[in-house]
Amino acid sequence: MATIIVIVIYLALLLGLALFSKTLFRGTSKDYFVASHSIGPFMLLMSVFGTTMTAFALVGSTGKAFENGIGTYGLMASSSGLIHAACFFMIGIKLWAIGKRHGYVTQIQYFRARFESTKFGYLLFPILVLLVIPYLLIGIIGAAKTIYGVTVAKVTPKIDIPGTFPDLFENGAVPPWLTGLVICGVVLTYIFAGGSRAAAWANTFQTIVFMVMGILAFYLISTKLGGVGAAIEKASDAHKVRTVSGEVGFSQLTFLTYMFIPLSVGMFPHLFQHWLTAKSAKSFKLTVIAHPICIMIVWVPCVLIGVWATGVPALNGAIPTPSGAVLAKMVAVLVHDPIIVGLVTTGILAAIMSSLDSQFLCLGTMFTNDVVLHNSKKEYTDKQILFMARAFIVAIVTITYILSLLLYKKNVFDLAIWSFSGFAALTPLVIASLYWKRATKVGAYACVIAVFISWVTFFTMSGFGGEYFLPGGIVPAAAMWFIGALAMIIGSLASPPPKAETLAKYF
Amino acid sequence: MKKTWIIIAVFLLLAVLHQDVWNWDNPALVWGFIPIGLFYHACYSLVAAGFWALVVKFAWPTKLEEWAEGNDEL
Repeated sequence: MATIIVIVIYLALLLGLALFSKTLFRGTSKDYFVASHSIGPFMLLMSVFGTTMTAFALVGSTGKAFENGIGTYGLMASSSGLIHAACFFMIGIKLWAIGKRHGYVTQIQYFRARFESTKFGYLLFPILVLLVIPYLLIGIIGAAKTIYGVTVAKVTPKIDIPGTFPDLFENGAVPPWLTGLVICGVVLTYIFAGGSRAAAWANTFQTIVFMVMGILAFYLISTKLGGVGAAIEKASDAHKVRTVSGEVGFSQLTFLTYMFIPLSVGMFPHLFQHWLTAKSAKSFKLTVIAHPICIMIVWVPCVLIGVWATGVPALNGAIPTPSGAVLAKMVAVLVHDPIIVGLVTTGILAAIMSSLDSQFLCLGTMFTNDVVLHNSKKEYTDKQILFMARAFIVAIVTITYILSLLLYKKNVFDLAIWSFSGFAALTPLVIASLYWKRATKVGAYACVIAVFISWVTFFTMSGFGGEYFLPGGIVPAAAMWFIGALAMIIGSLASPPPKAETLAKYF
Repeated sequence: MKKTWIIIAVFLLLAVLHQDVWNWDNPALVWGFIPIGLFYHACYSLVAAGFWALVVKFAWPTKLEEWAEGNDEL
């Protein structure tokens, strides 16, 4: 019970922070949607890093390492260190300059202007929303699995720990529907209270919390396993290398083609918004440099914990361990102090919520700016605009919450990869728009439609969010990226070039 | 322009070095606790950070910043 009390106190603290930030909220829609104008380099780093990491980092990486071994780190973390920073530098700074010069807030505003097409926004908007939903899903599912792992009864030949709520729930564990409801409720409350400023503050606070708690979990678990040396000795040998052995390991082609997936940051709507609206390009310097290091600080301990878990008999007891609950269950089984378990669990929830808030807000911003207000002849008050944004966010969160209950058993890592793959496959659109004068409206349409069709096809073939590879172990993201790039090139060359005055605005 | 080509060349070199095939089936432990395949990639993250620090220091797009502020010469 002490574990749950610690978590409740943390959630209350978060709401307190949001209420405080509300005192600084000016009540205008601009202040609600765009706080980036006033965010300094450190908050920007924490915000970008916290939002990018989500459940994928703490919950997904540990679970994937538990299933596939150490290759999980190279698969996503080290490649992200190179490619995320490249996107920040090559795409982000150029978009900042364009946003500063022309006053864009959302990526759809930019693409509409660059490709001289209002209707293009109506094509892109639902696709972006569709791709964000799995990203939101992994947060809610990750939180539910974490709380389940912490509160469920642990029954093995050596251990018999009762569940936290034996009289209330099956196996004493908090059910997924309740965790999802609480997490969505808390995040919605603090972003509704203070908008993007509250989200930025909460992100900074939560990113620090999850980094510190990740390191704490690593220290406590390694101590309980007899030290880092003893922990790795007990682990499965197959997990200490990348050689394919049964279900463990990765093929070299899979490892190579996974490098396409981190390109997704080039098209994430919330990052686009940060780039377009930042006060200064210099704010990004710290993010470009420190992002790979922050990834390393979080991922190395998580991957090691996942590998160590293969040598912990308690995780293979009477109640099977879903990969998403590995970290929480390792802490709960090995560290018996309920307060410590509560603290580490708050770290995991912090990682999850720091991503959900930015995504929720960004969706609201896009909906009001790109759908409701775009070309609208009607004048809306700030109050009406805020109401519409909030209503849209609630609708998306409700859909995502219901989907999280239906897709609860899906692997968090794999589900995230589908979201990232879709965004990664759309990067030819932004790269061409920034660096290729000949890129046209037709090319842009062709690129988005080709990516959408290929994504839906591969997603369906994967069984709606499972792990899926093309022949040879190639990840679908790589194939989709080439399909998108090819469609962009062919469509552009087959159509007249953009108007000279359009090009003059961007080149 | 020379700087751009150097950055692209180093970026491609780092992309190749990411595929450390020589560590694929090596079970050795560094300092007795970290598998070499993981240690290599942790070091890789630090090298990537160093690379981007140098890019930011020596190839920061100041002209682009000036253009954003209203100077038309890009």
